[in-house]
Formats: sequence, structure tokens, C-alpha cells
Amino acid sequence: MSTQQQEQPDTQEAPADPEMKGAESPQQERLEKKEQGLAEAESVDESDVEGESVHLKVFRYDPEVSGKQEPRFDEFHVPFEKGMTVLDALIFARDEFDSSLTFRHSCRQAICGSDAFFINGSQRLGCKTQISALQQPIRVEPLPHQEVVKDLVVDMDHFYDQMHAVEPYFQQEDLPEGELEEQRQDRENREKVKMSTRCIWCGACMSSCNIAAGDNQYLGPAAINKAYKFAMDEREDEEIKEHRLRILEQEHGVWRCQTQFSCTEVCPKDIPLTEHIQELKREAVKKNLKFW
Amino acid sequence: MYEHDVIVVGAGGAGLRAAVAAHEAGADVAMVTKLHPVRSHTGAAEGGINAALREGDDWELHAYDTMKGSDYLGDAPAVETLAQDAPEETISLEHWGMPFSREDDGRVSQRPFGGLSFPRTTYAGAETGHHLLHTMYEQVVKRGIQVYDEWYVMNLATSDEPDPNDRTCHGVVAYDVQSGTVEGFKANDGVILATGGPGQAFDHTTNAVSCTGDGHAMAYRAGVPLEDMEFIQFHPTTLPSTGVLLSEGVRGEGGILYNDEGERFMFEYGYANNDGELASRDVVARAELTEVSEGRGVEDEYVHLDMRHLGEERIIDRLENILHLAEDFEGADGLVEPMPVKPGQHYAMGGIETDENGATCVDGLYAAGECACVSVHGANRLGGNALPELIVFGKRAGYHAAGGDLGEAEIDTGYTDSVEDEDDTEFPVQPGSAGLEPTGDDVAADGSGQVADANGVLERAVETESERIDRLMNKDDGVQHAEIRSKLQKAMTDYVNVFRTEEGIKQALEVIRECREEYRDVYVADPSTTFNTDLQMTYETRNLIDVAETIALGALVRNEFRGAHWRQENQIRDDENWLKHTLVSWNGGKPSIWYRPVLLEGEDKTYEPKERSY
Repeated sequence: MSTQQQEQPDTQEAPADPEMKGAESPQQERLEKKEQGLAEAESVDESDVEGESVHLKVFRYDPEVSGKQEPRFDEFHVPFEKGMTVLDALIFARDEFDSSLTFRHSCRQAICGSDAFFINGSQRLGCKTQISALQQPIRVEPLPHQEVVKDLVVDMDHFYDQMHAVEPYFQQEDLPEGELEEQRQDRENREKVKMSTRCIWCGACMSSCNIAAGDNQYLGPAAINKAYKFAMDEREDEEIKEHRLRILEQEHGVWRCQTQFSCTEVCPKDIPLTEHIQELKREAVKKNLKFW
Repeated sequence: MYEHDVIVVGAGGAGLRAAVAAHEAGADVAMVTKLHPVRSHTGAAEGGINAALREGDDWELHAYDTMKGSDYLGDAPAVETLAQDAPEETISLEHWGMPFSREDDGRVSQRPFGGLSFPRTTYAGAETGHHLLHTMYEQVVKRGIQVYDEWYVMNLATSDEPDPNDRTCHGVVAYDVQSGTVEGFKANDGVILATGGPGQAFDHTTNAVSCTGDGHAMAYRAGVPLEDMEFIQFHPTTLPSTGVLLSEGVRGEGGILYNDEGERFMFEYGYANNDGELASRDVVARAELTEVSEGRGVEDEYVHLDMRHLGEERIIDRLENILHLAEDFEGADGLVEPMPVKPGQHYAMGGIETDENGATCVDGLYAAGECACVSVHGANRLGGNALPELIVFGKRAGYHAAGGDLGEAEIDTGYTDSVEDEDDTEFPVQPGSAGLEPTGDDVAADGSGQVADANGVLERAVETESERIDRLMNKDDGVQHAEIRSKLQKAMTDYVNVFRTEEGIKQALEVIRECREEYRDVYVADPSTTFNTDLQMTYETRNLIDVAETIALGALVRNEFRGAHWRQENQIRDDENWLKHTLVSWNGGKPSIWYRPVLLEGEDKTYEPKERSY
């Protein structure tokens, strides 16, 4: 069972930019819009919800429990507290009302990447989403475009496979002599890869991507971003970089991206994913690699 | 049944490092972990990795600082091993591509941290743990090490000789969360526990929901003593609703703490007239709770941390992540209002007793990382010393388990007749499971010595866990884990927090006993074998009961004030009586407490306890 049929928010229909020029400015605009969006889009006066209850509609499904084999939404009313997040509300609903309500979560601080859900129609981390910023009732669904295992838990295996497909490990063999001698890296170079290293493997980007939804072999934004981290790190030799670009420019690699920016929009760590993909396309062109 | 040479339980920094080391030593390694490795709580560490890398610094200074910070309860061989091995291990991470912050000359950056005589905290932005975790996982992927992720380890498969020192661990029993299958995992050479901290024993903690002390509890019931469990570090600035930590950096930059009356209480009430907000963590935490208990807390719960006077520019420049944390997790805007903070459980210095090779007294059983007590942190951990512990002792445990030679350990493990026994503390209630109707699964090893061969031990362990699952799933009503867990957590925070009194701790022990009794009636309501977190959390709750009890027992017997442990009845560090580790043995369900002297003899010097003046 899958949630592939979920409606996609229409904000994803950004025009493709075939020449890849000016990719930075739409990127910038997107990020700004995203910030404004957070402030305005669903701003709800906190006094509206204080002391009241939070109305949740949560997707339920279990392949082996009768009554849950047909997907349905369950409603929960949870007492509101200042600072409450969607994850807090789910935990309350589970611990107080229904112990079978199932979702992944661990750190509660947006670093473990376990609790990406489809909340009011977009991919967000439950722990990082304030109830006070959402319209009610709050719809909480599993990430679209992935098989649902149970309730809000999706099968992440495909996501992990794609992450592993880009050889996600440092491959420099020629290291400085001496156990205590480090490789040198310019501050600028470290700064360049900084945002790419913040990925927490939550899968929000992959779930938001229409291309990934249609092409199961597409590496997807997270895996390409992981490769970007290595490809742009000056500590790896040119030879390895070329090897990396060959992995990325294959049929289901960077050229599949149509710069819709949906991944960048949902990334809870604000990684400029689309820009990273664009940059890798430019690198591939520079290196004169095959253009699909 | 699965079979490997070395089984690593848990896949945070210590587990991943152990797996790589065992693999490099030629072993067939598998990791069995309830979370996918990148979800592990190592990822939340912000600060950095202490390592003496630079000219002007050396490992002896690092060792000295660590021993002083431990309030002279660290064991010198462990402390010196940490300081000696940390530089090489840190540079290994760099060679594996970890994105450390850099200096102008391209070398890795280091910064000053509290309690350090040299700025040796090597960091990668404010997310050092995240980068360490991901870099180590990359190395595991590179080597093709098998990872059984979302497999919950329910118990160890340990032989059952009467004396724990004679027992052998042959593997583990685990449950595939996704399918509900129970399997034995046979370990030919060793099992390494790297299961992290037990922070969920408290209701307000910076630890992840997954930090439930599973490794602690399993080792404990198999006969391995838990060491110095009373030493829990509380962080003074955590957000009240979630426990998310606001780094010391806010106070370092000039952030001020106020009570509800707008008083700068650190000075106003003389908690720290010299250092004010920058006094050590335990001093600030006690000050905050005193304000609340004396009626000057905000909403009777927390105090305010104000950084508005620093100005928007400086805040955005240096403390931007703090703004996001307060906004995302507490709904507070640090630019326009003070941020609510209160003390929260942060780190456990104690844990599974090991020597400096990671070995426990049970043959074939190892522990590394926060779940272990080597002991390097003693009564208090320095900032920046948790991450080097993971990689230094993770590596040693992995290498040793795979048959590598690290020489004879200097630290002893296991109860012997020569150690000192506790005999005069009165417990308000019987700890452990003694006196309760036996359920047959309170002991991993029942001491009957009946089953000795590895396969037999594993088969019996699998059978026991399968029966336990059936019992929990087939029961139709009773108590649910969430109720017991929250009662336990509340009691620990009420009575075994930063302020500890004999009376309070005894009350905690009574509540823990009630939780244990109620747990006899626990049931799992979710009938599904697919991703049954209800069942998993029910298992975790039992582990928390055992671990919480050892924390309370240690806190009750140790009547002194050392490091993070404060006792109202004796507010001095009592070196005459307490230069010794507290050990709690499960003892077949009837816990016993005993002591081992701290080792202050280093390689070529003795660490003389000096008065605490910070």
C-alpha cells in the first residue's frame, strides 16, 4: 500500500531552468519565500489555541490487524501547551489514548531525522513543527511516495539504497605521512560543503520530489547532496572526483532533476539541494562527461 | 539463528568505531541496533573532541584536567589511556573525511572548553557529534559491515555459572521490529554493548527517547556490576517543554539568568559571587532549582535566560542556532523575550563496569561509550570528553573482542572476596525482584550452571524471550508501560535530581518498588507483530526500572558531595571515606552493593586529590 496518490502542493510547479543560468537567484528567492512562508502562511494567533485542545487527524494502517487494513484517519484531541510540537501531540495521543499509534521518533531535536511526516500537506519533521503555526485539524500522514509499513512508519530501505549507491564515503588513499598529521583544507572549501554536511537522512526531500516519484531509480536529492559533499571536498583527488561525477551523471542521476525546488522547500535543515544538484550538472559539463 | 564473530549492539559513535576496529582485526562483524545508525543519539553532541594535538599541549595535561574534573573518581589507567589515544583517534576521523572546522592554515580547529588548561576541543561547527556519527557510518558502509537495523536486542545469551566471573556471553536475542521475528545472534568471539545513556530514567532529559539503558540493564541482569550510577550530570539550560539543550555558549557570550522577580540570582543570592552564570554546571543547576523551590521561579517551574542585551547582530553572528532551537522547540523568540530554561538530565558518568580494554567480568562481553564505566569521567564529565571516549574505547573494545592483543588490563572487574562490602545502609524496601512472585525472566543467568554450550545457551535465551513476548501480547488488560514509565521518571526527577536527601532517595526507592510490582501486571495492547513499538517500549520500561534503581541505590549509599552528586546530609567531598567506586550487582534479583578503591596511580605519577575550587 502506498500514498502515491497524495495531492502535491502546487507550489512545486517551478519552471525548469534548462540553461542552468541564474539558478542562484531563484534559489535565493525560494529560500526567502520559505522563510516568509514559515512566518505567514499558517500563522495562527497563539491565544486561539492556548488552554484548548489540539485536533489531530492521523493516518492509520496496519497490514495484519483487522479494522486497520483499510487505511483510515483517527481523530485525537490533545490538550495544548505552549511550545507544543506535532511530535509532542502524537506522543501524548499514543501514551494517553492509543498505545498502538505508531511512528518513528528519537531525539526530539531535529538531528536524528526519524520523524519526517506529511503534515497538513507538506513534508516536515514532527519535532520541529510548532502546533501554534498550523491550521487545525492537523492532518498527519506518512511520507508520500514510500510504502507504508504501519501508521506513520514508511519503508526507508529504498531511500537508504539510494544513499549507499553514491559511494558515500571518503576515498582519498594518499594521506599525509604520520599518524598525527592531518590533511589540510581551506576554510572556504569547508564553508562550501558545510550545508551539504547537515543532512539528517530524514527523507523529506525524496518524498517531495515528483521525479523520484516517477522514476524509482532516480538517485534523489539526498543521495546527490551526499555525493556533492565529497565531490566538492578538496581533500579528495581529481581522479576520485571524476569517478564520483560518473556515478552522478548516469541516466538516473543529476540530469533527471528538473529544478522544481520542492526538495529545497521542504528540507528541515535548509540545505540548498537544488543548487547543489545544479552545480554538479555544471561540473559534469565542465568535465565533458556524457550528457543524457 | 545468525552467527558472526563479533556482535555490536547499538550503532552510535562507540558501536560504529568498535565495528570498524573488529573488522580491521579480521573479524566477521555485525551490528544489531534498534535504530538505523544515523538516528543514534551521538548525533546530538554539539561541543567537540578533546585531544592534545598541538604544540604546548600534551596528553598529560589532558589527563590531569580530566582527573581534576572527575573530582578524583576517575581511574588513572583509563584517564591516561583516553588522553594518550585521543589524538590519533581524532586524526583518524579527519583521515576518514570528517568535516572539522578549520584554521587559516588548513588544520583542524580547536577551542577552549570549561575545565581545560589548553584549548583542545576539536570541533566541527556546533554539530560535532552529527559529523562524527555520519563519518563513522560511512566507514561501516565502505567496509560492507552487516547492519541489522531496527532489530531490538531483548537480552544477552549468557551461561549461568553461579559466579558471574565464570560466565560467558555467547550472543544476543533480538526482535526484528518490522516483522516481529525473534532470532538468536551467536557471537563466536564477543558481544560489545554500545547502547548509550539511560537518560529516559528521568522525565526531563536532553537524551533521546531511545536512551533507555538497555545495555546497562541486560549486562546487570547477566551479572555484570553497574559502577558509579549515582553520578548523573544535569545541564542547567534546557528548554522546559522538551529538554532540548541550549549550549553553554549563551552564557559564555554574556547571557544572564533571571528569576521571576527579575533578579540576577546567581549574584543576588550569592550562589557564585565570582563566576555568576559561568559557574560550573552543577552549581548553576542547583541555584536554578533553589530559586524555583523558594517561590521565585517562573510559573513555579523554570528561570529565564536572557540574551537580548547582546543585540541582534551579535546574537545572529554567534548564537543563531540558539534562536532556532528556542523558536522550533519552545516557541520562544530569543530576540524579543527571555528564554525559559531549567536543569535537565544530560549525561551518566557511571555505567557497565569495564576495564580499559572494554572487557567486563563476563567472558566475551564488552561495553563502550556512555553505557560503560571505564572509568574516565568519575564524578563529573568535562565538556568535550564524551566523544573521545566513544572512539578511543570503542576501538579498543572492538579490537580486543576480535582477538587483538592490548596487554593485560590494570583495572579489575567483577566482584571478588577482596573487595569492600556495604553492610550498614538500610533500604526502605527490598530492591531488585526479590520478594516478588518469580516470572522466570528476571535473570539472564539463573546460576544453576545447567546449560554450558553456546548453542544451548542461545536456544534457551530465544525460548525465554519468545515466551515473554507471548505473555505480554496475550494478556488482555492490566497496566500499560507509559503509565509505569512516567511514574518512574517523575520519581527520579523529584527525588534523585540535583538535590538529593536521604529521605527523598528512599521515597524514590519506594516508588521504584511500586513500579516493579505494577510491571508484573503490564500488558501490550497493540496486537500487531508489525512495528510494534508498544512491545518495544514495554521492554525498555523494564530496563529503565532496573537502571533507575541502581542510580537511586548509589545515591543513597554515597553520603557526600562529589562532582555531580550532592547530598544534603554531608555537603563536603569526603575523601577519607569515599575515594572509591560504588558497584551494584544484580545478584540473581537481590542487589548487593560493594566498593572498589579508585586508582590514582598513573603511569609515572600519582594524582593527589586537590580541593575543589570551581
